[in-house]
Amino acid sequence: MKHEIIEKNIGLMIVLIVVAISFGGLAQIIPLFWQAETTEPIEGLKPLDAMALEGRDIYIREGCHVCHTQMVRPFRAETERYGHYSVAGEHVYEHPFLWGSKRTGPDLARVGGRYSDDWHLAHLYNPRDVVPESNMPGFSWLFENTLTGKDTAAKMTALRIVGVPYTDEDIANAAVPFSSGEVKEVDALVVYLQQLGTLLTRKR
Amino acid sequence: MSTFWSMWIIVLTAVTIAGCTWLLFANRKIEASSEETENGEAPKTGHVYDGIEEYDHPLPGWWFNMYLGTVIFAVVYLVLYPGMGSYAGVLGWTQTGQWQEEVDAAEEKYAPIYAQYADMSVEELIANPDAIKMGRRLFNNNCSVCHGSDGRGSYGFPNLADSNWLYGGSAADIKASITHGRQGAMPAWGAVIGEESVDNVAEYVFNISGREHDAAKSEKGVQVFATYCAACHGADGSGMAAIGAPNLTDGVWLYGGSPSLVRHSIRNGRKGNMPAQADKLKAEKIHLLAGYVYHLSKNQ
Repeated sequence: MKHEIIEKNIGLMIVLIVVAISFGGLAQIIPLFWQAETTEPIEGLKPLDAMALEGRDIYIREGCHVCHTQMVRPFRAETERYGHYSVAGEHVYEHPFLWGSKRTGPDLARVGGRYSDDWHLAHLYNPRDVVPESNMPGFSWLFENTLTGKDTAAKMTALRIVGVPYTDEDIANAAVPFSSGEVKEVDALVVYLQQLGTLLTRKR
Repeated sequence: MSTFWSMWIIVLTAVTIAGCTWLLFANRKIEASSEETENGEAPKTGHVYDGIEEYDHPLPGWWFNMYLGTVIFAVVYLVLYPGMGSYAGVLGWTQTGQWQEEVDAAEEKYAPIYAQYADMSVEELIANPDAIKMGRRLFNNNCSVCHGSDGRGSYGFPNLADSNWLYGGSAADIKASITHGRQGAMPAWGAVIGEESVDNVAEYVFNISGREHDAAKSEKGVQVFATYCAACHGADGSGMAAIGAPNLTDGVWLYGGSPSLVRHSIRNGRKGNMPAQADKLKAEKIHLLAGYVYHLSKNQ
C-alpha cells in the first residue's frame, strides 16, 4: 500500500476522508428518514395552532432552549419527575426540534398543564416571585410587546413545505387569534408551554 | 425496520469494521529486516529535512494491540447488543426494557410502603410522622412551586397552612381539590356594572370585612352587591365553598387586599386554577399529599 500516493495528493486525501467519515452518518442517520418510529406522528399529534406557533418562536428568540431541554430520557429518575419519556413521534412537526442539550432549568417536555396560566405569567414576569431560589431571568418585556400575527400565515406556509400538515383554512385564519390587538407575547408563550407534552401521560 | 435498511446498516457496519482491520494489517510492519539492523540501528525511511532523518520503526506494540482491541470490542458489542440492523443482540437489551426494569424494581420496593398508608384515612395519616415526612417530600417536589415550600402560598396561590379554605378544609375536600383540581371563575364586572359601581361595591366589601371605608359609597354598593355578587359570595359575603367563592368578611385576600387590587379583582375578574393531579400523580401519592396538607392546616 502506497500511502505516499494519498499523502502527496491533497485532493484525493480530502475525497477519501469524506468517504471514510460518511460511513457513520450513512449507517446511523440516513435510515432514520425512512423509519415509522421517527417519521410518523404519535396518535393525536396536531400542528401547533397560530398562538402556540408564535409562542414557540418567542421561546426560540428568548433562548429558552439554551437552559431548558425538551427531552425526558428513559430513566426512572426522570420519568418520576417529569412523566412519560419523550418519543420521536412527538417531534415530527418540529422544525427545528428544541430538545436542547443542557439543563440549567428543569426539562419542559411535559410542562403542559402542570402549572396554571397565572403561575406561568407570574413566573415569567419575575421567577423569584414564585420560586425564591430561582436563577432564571425575568422576561418583563413579553408583557409589553403585542403580537399582530402578520407573519403567522407565512410561517405556517413555510412549515407546510417541510411537511407539517397545515390546512388552507389554518393558514387563512392564522392572524385571527391576534385580531383583538391585545395579545401580548407572553400570552402566546404560555399557550405554547401549556400544550407541551400533553399527549403522552404516565402517572408519576 | 425493513429488510433493505437492516441490510444497509449491516453491510455498512461490516465494511467499516473490515476496512479498519484491513487498514491496520495492510500498514503493519512486523520489524526491521535483520541486515538493516546489523549495525544496531533501525532502518531509515529516506525522508530528510534540514539534515534530520526519520527512522522507519514498526508500529508500537501497545498501540497496535489497542487498535486491535477496539475492533474486537466492536464485534463483541454488536453480537451482544442491538446495532446490526434489526438484529436484537444476544442479550435482548433495549433502552425502554432497562427503564421498565428500573421502574419495576422501584415499584417492588416502594409499593408496600405506599400500600400501608393507602389503608389509613387522611385523618389517621397526620398522626403518623413517617407518612408526614413522605408527604412533605412529595409536596416539595410537586406543590411547593406554587404554594411555597412552607405551604403558605403567595399572591394568587392559596395559603394551605391556615384554617382559611376556599373549597373546604375537610380531609375529603382537600383530597378532592388535589385530585380534580379547582377552577375559580370570578367574572370581570368592569364592563357590566361600570367603574363607579366597581368603586362603590369595593367600599361595601371593605365595610363588611370591618375595614375603613367610604360610608356613602358603601351605601350605594349595597344594591350592586345584592344584584351581582351575592349569588356566589352569599348575601352576607361569607362565600360559598362549593364553588370556591371566597369569604369577603374574613380579612384574607388571595389577590391582595389593597383598594386598588380589590377594585382590579372586581373589574377584571379572577381565574384561579389548581391543575388536577389525577392524571399526573398516582393515587397513593395524592393520598399522602392530602395527609400532609391536612397536617399543615391542623398544625399551624
